[in-house]
Amino acid sequence: MSTVLFDSPGPRARARHNVLTVVAVVIALAILGWVIWKLWQEGEFSADLWEDLAQPNIWNAYGLGLAATLKAAVSAIILSVLFGAVFAVARLSDRIYFRLPARIIVEFFRSVPLLLLIMFVYFGLLHQLYWSLVLALMLYNGSVLAEVFRAGVLAVPRGQSEAAQAVGMRKGQVMRLVLLPQSVAIMLPAIVSQCVIVLKDTALGQIVSYRELVAESQGIAQFVHHNIVPLCIAAVIYIAINYSLSKFAVYLQRALSQRGRTSEGATATSDVTFGPGANAGA
Amino acid sequence: MDTLIENFDQIRDGFLTTIWLLIFSGVLSTILGTVLASFRVSPVRSLRAIGTSYVNTFRNTPLVLILALAIAVIPTLGFNSLGFSIGIRNFNTFFVVAALGLAAYTSAFVCEAVRSGVNSVDPGQAEAARSVGMSFLQSLRMVVLPQAFRAVIPPLASTYIALAKNTSVVAIFGVPEAAYVMRKLSNQFTTDVWFIFGGIALGYVAIVAILATASSLLERRLAVAR
Repeated sequence: MSTVLFDSPGPRARARHNVLTVVAVVIALAILGWVIWKLWQEGEFSADLWEDLAQPNIWNAYGLGLAATLKAAVSAIILSVLFGAVFAVARLSDRIYFRLPARIIVEFFRSVPLLLLIMFVYFGLLHQLYWSLVLALMLYNGSVLAEVFRAGVLAVPRGQSEAAQAVGMRKGQVMRLVLLPQSVAIMLPAIVSQCVIVLKDTALGQIVSYRELVAESQGIAQFVHHNIVPLCIAAVIYIAINYSLSKFAVYLQRALSQRGRTSEGATATSDVTFGPGANAGA
Repeated sequence: MDTLIENFDQIRDGFLTTIWLLIFSGVLSTILGTVLASFRVSPVRSLRAIGTSYVNTFRNTPLVLILALAIAVIPTLGFNSLGFSIGIRNFNTFFVVAALGLAAYTSAFVCEAVRSGVNSVDPGQAEAARSVGMSFLQSLRMVVLPQAFRAVIPPLASTYIALAKNTSVVAIFGVPEAAYVMRKLSNQFTTDVWFIFGGIALGYVAIVAILATASSLLERRLAVAR
């Protein structure tokens, strides 16, 4: 392995790395072991906990929570894609009376915390748990996706739209027949990785007491009188789903960019869509 | 509108708490994230594995869950009095635990930002530095890191912006920052929700705008014609 930071190691460096590998593993295991030992001492893993957790109604509750999370996330992602598409097209419009309001709306909803949006929609607009959460998720993630879509369309080489205009297409035709099909290769992975963010963000529904997976696991924690294990089970469920989704997004990105339709643009914008900050929703 | 003016004290205190949270968890996550990034680009395999598993664990878990776990785990481990004070301002244990949870979550994103910055430097740069006889530290200090630092600024800035917005999540656990004040006022003055939301949202928009402007200024200052 050779990177910008170091050469491929020789025999002595490799021996040194092996020693460091062992040292690092020992230190990491020591820290992890201390934490587990300490929690065990405090009775976080006691026998009655496992007996309580073995009851079927506990797993029912996890199932209900997961179903509520998925239900909100799926509706939210569908609505966000629609919202994002409409506002991306509006932001790319030649006409200022489409472009400017779309820009203000997108910029505003991107910079307001989602938690505030959820509270606002719930207390100020709908008074309905599920739809407040979905609507707020749509406003926030739709605005993020609008920017992603816009970047995707802008990443298609200029010659494409110039050529389309030269053969006499109208503006709508250029967008529909030339630009959008080519930028899908960039947008699809971005939509999948936005799903991860939406899944995590449904947990904010708690502020208006929507009972999704995290809220259910906290309820379970109270019921079995132990906090840590029930919460960790919820974390494992989230990590399993989100990790596979992220892997799928990377796979999609590779598969689509190998078709070579947007060779240069795809690499240029992948930073926008997969940039570390872009993923930092709550 | 009157609600905003009459409760200005509460809103101001809320935003002060938000800013302190942002500073603490920002500094902590920058340190931890940089350490993790150095793990992830190091030649030692187990360090890389540790960095990768940290990032995959914390990036895929909802922040609410991480905060709930931090509140449950940290006192159980025996850290019961983490409070301290700077000047006249006191920070209680609960605030510190919330900041630690935020930092644990954000470090994963800082790590990825720093790593992508280091990886964006062309390997040819380091090869050229070595071939003119620079030592490892010289090439790191004079060639690789200055370029990496430039590339890190935009993704790092968007991580801090996300952190600024994420500080609102601690409202769920009752830390009295701006979003908590909004919930309290919305419950109290149900007819004024639009104004309350507008006022508090404006505060967040201002924080985000300051961070974004600072980053683009810094970026322009350090920009170099390539």
